[in-house]
Amino acid sequence: MSDARSQRRRSGAPDRSELPSYFVSDPRRRPDPATRELARGLGWFSIGLGLTEVACGDAIARWLGMPRSAPVIRAYGVRELLQGIGILGASDPTPWISARVAGDALDIATVLPGLEGHNPRKDNVAIALVALAGVTAADVICARSLSEAPLAPSERVRRDYRRRSGFRRRAEAMRGAARGFKPPPDIIGPEAMRPWTLTNA
Amino acid sequence: MRALVWHGTEDIRCDTVPDPKIEDDRDAIIKVTACAICGSDLHLYDHFMPGMEKGDVMGHEFMGEVVETGKGVNGALKKGERIVVPFTIICGECDQCKRGYFSVCERSNRNKNIADKAFGHTTAGLFGYTHLTGGYQGGQAEYVRVPFADKTHIKVPENLSDEQVLFLGDIFPTGWQAAVQADIQPTDTVAIWGAGPVGQMTLRSALLLGAKQVVCIDSVPERLEMARAGGAITIDNSEESVVERLNELTGGKGPEKCIDAVGMEAHSPRALEHAYDRVKQAVMLESDRASVLREMIYVCRPAGILSIPGVYGGLIDKVPMGALMNKGLTIRTGQTHVNRWTDDLVKRIDDGQIDPSFVITHRAKLDQGPEMYKTFRDKKDNCIKVVLRP
Repeated sequence: MSDARSQRRRSGAPDRSELPSYFVSDPRRRPDPATRELARGLGWFSIGLGLTEVACGDAIARWLGMPRSAPVIRAYGVRELLQGIGILGASDPTPWISARVAGDALDIATVLPGLEGHNPRKDNVAIALVALAGVTAADVICARSLSEAPLAPSERVRRDYRRRSGFRRRAEAMRGAARGFKPPPDIIGPEAMRPWTLTNA
Repeated sequence: MRALVWHGTEDIRCDTVPDPKIEDDRDAIIKVTACAICGSDLHLYDHFMPGMEKGDVMGHEFMGEVVETGKGVNGALKKGERIVVPFTIICGECDQCKRGYFSVCERSNRNKNIADKAFGHTTAGLFGYTHLTGGYQGGQAEYVRVPFADKTHIKVPENLSDEQVLFLGDIFPTGWQAAVQADIQPTDTVAIWGAGPVGQMTLRSALLLGAKQVVCIDSVPERLEMARAGGAITIDNSEESVVERLNELTGGKGPEKCIDAVGMEAHSPRALEHAYDRVKQAVMLESDRASVLREMIYVCRPAGILSIPGVYGGLIDKVPMGALMNKGLTIRTGQTHVNRWTDDLVKRIDDGQIDPSFVITHRAKLDQGPEMYKTFRDKKDNCIKVVLRP
């Protein structure tokens, strides 16, 4: 065990390598642009949903056939607003997206009892659960992509590949060095299908 | 012996496994001196390719010394001889091998019935690459059994180092074939998606074959830097629009030749497209992500050629067939017919025209393999290509 790790053990702090990857963020992570945009999209979605839940908590609860849940839905709206602001405002949105995953589980646990008993709005509850499942999938994918994003280059690990041409001479001087190579006709396709400027040359 | 063994998604371990034995007269046993982790191994690591089983030995890029031969090898190989092993196992006798289409050898896949069902007709057996392609044990090991060894080998000159010739078994001929089948002309702009090891070999091949412009597209700075070192113009697709930049570089006409050196795990820079593919993949409504193919079809000059060395395993979605058809594009693809190119490529290395070892960024012992898989997959420590020594 490394010194740093044993020191963390002594101090009682959790070892990052032992935590689920979703909950580990590294400021040097370099998520791809699609993941960044997905996280941003989820941030705006959080804010939109949060505003809706705060403003229309009673209506949503009635639509679900669970009128007593209105205060809970409004509280969840506040949670969504905080998460949205966190995602859009933080330099590393990973923990906020992870919080969304946990929030999704809470939402599902809250809505699920609506399927039981004599709730006349069970169909609406089912629709809500399908929507929650979809959002959860997007959140999990985003959290995974963020936590697995490659590390950004730093001076410490930065390697210089500027001389890695593979050529003995400078690359420009090698352009066309294999031009004498005759590609096999069966690989490049029927002669009749090649440009006339080549076949009639 | 020690070998890198697949145990499940992102779970590769260096285990002790039984030594390989001669099972057929045409077999040879090779003592591996160097092996590499290929980008397509990552599809197995991430478990996007079906057909792996616990206990399978990984690796299809390797070379070594012949230590034992079966009776049927008939002097084609001798003990002590140094060879590179092509990743495609070839019988050399079937109709496809005789035509030079080695990667679709009709006899080397011992699980032909599975491949027939999956692909319609079988393709060649491959080392360490799922039971769909024969379930042969791979070369990330101390020893490996090479079936049809009298044909499945590449002899290399003694004056060339292991690192100079190792990539003759896969990525160098793969890049070369990708460029050759694009039928590159001196007036062509060749756009290559992916600056990983195959992309690096492809762009250098395109340059050697005389393309007017070679453009390489990726988002990883160190890979783009290596691509520029090889003579390519680079596009960072996390920073700029690929379509706009390619049109700018070609006077609005689009590149004549487009090459997909990415394959099934493409990352679209467009969030909605990427999320769509990830979700469909997660719920098993598609197996491969096709964002590079879509972009190539869209941006390619009409009557152009798409060359696809990137590996795909199953089904893709939302392919713009209308653009493909109406623009009259030609698609050329396939696993590499390695032995078709290697005599020529050995000469090019020997003559000093190219030294493929430029791509190696990490060297490690075999037992460090599991962590090197992660380093390579996550592009940590500027990793582009890993070579392992047993």
